[in-house]
Amino acid sequence: MRNPRRTEKIAFFFLFLATALIVLPVGLIVVSIVRKGLPAISWQFLTDIPREGMRGGGILPAIVGTLYLVLGAIVFALPIGLFAAIYLSEYAKDNVLTRIIKLAIVNLAGVPSVVYGLFGLALFVVFFRFGASILSGSLTLGIMVLPIIITASREALESVPQAFREVSLSLGASKWQTIRHVVLPNGISGILTGTILGLGRAAGETAPILFTVAAFYHPQLPRSIFDQAMALPYHLYVISTQVPNVGDKMRYGTALVLLGLVLIMNSVALVVRFRFRKRHRW
Amino acid sequence: MGEDLDKLKIQVNNLNLWYSSFQALKDVNASFKERLITAIIGPSGCGKTTLLRVFNRMNDLVEGVRVAGTVMVDGINVIAPDTDLMTLRRKIGMVFQRPNPFPLSTYENVVFGPRIHGRAGKNELDDIAEKSLQAVLLWDELKDRLDKPALSLSLEQQQRLCIARLIAVRSDILLLDEPCSALDPQATQAIEELMRGLKNNYTLIVVTHNMQQAARVSDETGFMLLGELIEFGETDQIFTRPRDKRTEDYITGRFG
Ligand SMILES: Nc1ncnc2c1ncn2[C@@H]1O[C@H](COP(=O)(O)OP(=O)(O)OP(=O)(O)O)[C@@H](O)[C@H]1O
Ligand SMILES: [Mg+2]
Repeated sequence: MRNPRRTEKIAFFFLFLATALIVLPVGLIVVSIVRKGLPAISWQFLTDIPREGMRGGGILPAIVGTLYLVLGAIVFALPIGLFAAIYLSEYAKDNVLTRIIKLAIVNLAGVPSVVYGLFGLALFVVFFRFGASILSGSLTLGIMVLPIIITASREALESVPQAFREVSLSLGASKWQTIRHVVLPNGISGILTGTILGLGRAAGETAPILFTVAAFYHPQLPRSIFDQAMALPYHLYVISTQVPNVGDKMRYGTALVLLGLVLIMNSVALVVRFRFRKRHRW
Repeated sequence: MGEDLDKLKIQVNNLNLWYSSFQALKDVNASFKERLITAIIGPSGCGKTTLLRVFNRMNDLVEGVRVAGTVMVDGINVIAPDTDLMTLRRKIGMVFQRPNPFPLSTYENVVFGPRIHGRAGKNELDDIAEKSLQAVLLWDELKDRLDKPALSLSLEQQQRLCIARLIAVRSDILLLDEPCSALDPQATQAIEELMRGLKNNYTLIVVTHNMQQAARVSDETGFMLLGELIEFGETDQIFTRPRDKRTEDYITGRFG
């Protein structure tokens, strides 16, 4: 006879272990970045340009560059992703073709980021002649996060109960009014989750910006979207591997700023999500 | 009975409906009188819901539906392809089996229709909300809690709210698809009471599994079986002197 209580305990132990195995390393990484990076954080570090061959000074151009890139990527990817998600969830007939398209989009989310980098190089930098610029980089990052945003948004929209749509239509609302006033408000939470994931990915990737925008050393703020720019992840890579004798403090400080930036952007999305949640419950 | 009461609101002629190759309605002919309650009874799967959803064209949402025949509502054939569905569905409101308010406040639920349809201002919306809730006898209960989530209301209140939502878009025909099946007997009685009151201003068609309910609230009754309307007439007559053997079998509980 199996002992269900013991099975339960064993199951609990392994599930807990698996969770701990994930949480612990992440926690350790965060703790060590904060511990080693915090001493570097100063007003000068955040607002100055890099000096002494990037061994001193600040990282403002990289911060601003990353902000521009992420904003640009979201401005480009969120509307398109949302419209695509609405189309796939609300308008497309449920047939083989649609399912293949959905599956393809899900798989695109798993394509290595360097592939997006090469794609961006070929399309935006070379073909459209945007050159290595914030525009090219943003578009490349945008394309990279599109599948994430489309898939998360589509699933969010699809999880809105069918009954809501029926009621709305039965009250004489048009299809678009139904989407606008019923489906979207109820799916916003999942859409923002997708956006958060996209934001984090766009902020942290190096490979897609490597060929499309990132400058090794460009100690000034970008003046237009056709400028090259520094970016935090690439800067981190540069000072960690390409420039000799950069202090730990600089490196961990940069990592901490990147972490903080993503955290702040995510919090904004979380607050928005929370406010929608409060209004829409079922 | 005044003359008004005998005006025909909906006339169904030779109505046939197919879901792909399955015929769910067969040659249905019936007339629904204005400001009466008509009950539709019959065993599960006989096509009651399908018939209701022909009236407000909700069947259009199902892929592969085909309809033949005519359904005249106030003299206009609503089956015609050029029917303006948005106007039609506002005129012919539907109450579903499970109370289904939106996950919004009570107030926002009531004004949902007017809000998306019109340019009604705040005062006007307040007014609509008050009148609609009064019509379903919820106003006194809820007037101080209009901002509470509708889903925190009792099921009976939710169902009333769903009716108020229709009144707010000025429907004049109410289709009720087993409106009480999720409610306890006491709430059922209260909703029946409400339906009787609404009869003064609205034409009601109610689908029910509950024959006592049909007998209690309706003026006329139609009995359906396997997609056919077997018998249609005054409720009294249907329940006491059914003409068709199958109707008799059903109401005496011999099947269904
Ligand atoms: N979307 C659909 N596609 C195919 N067949 C359907 C569809 N909806 C209903 N049917 C079929 O049509 C017939 C009538 O269905 P309908 O829902 O109108 O019955 P009903 O009388 O309302 O039953 P119930 O009392 O269980 O609600 C049933 O045999 C059902 O299986
Ligand atoms: Mg039904």
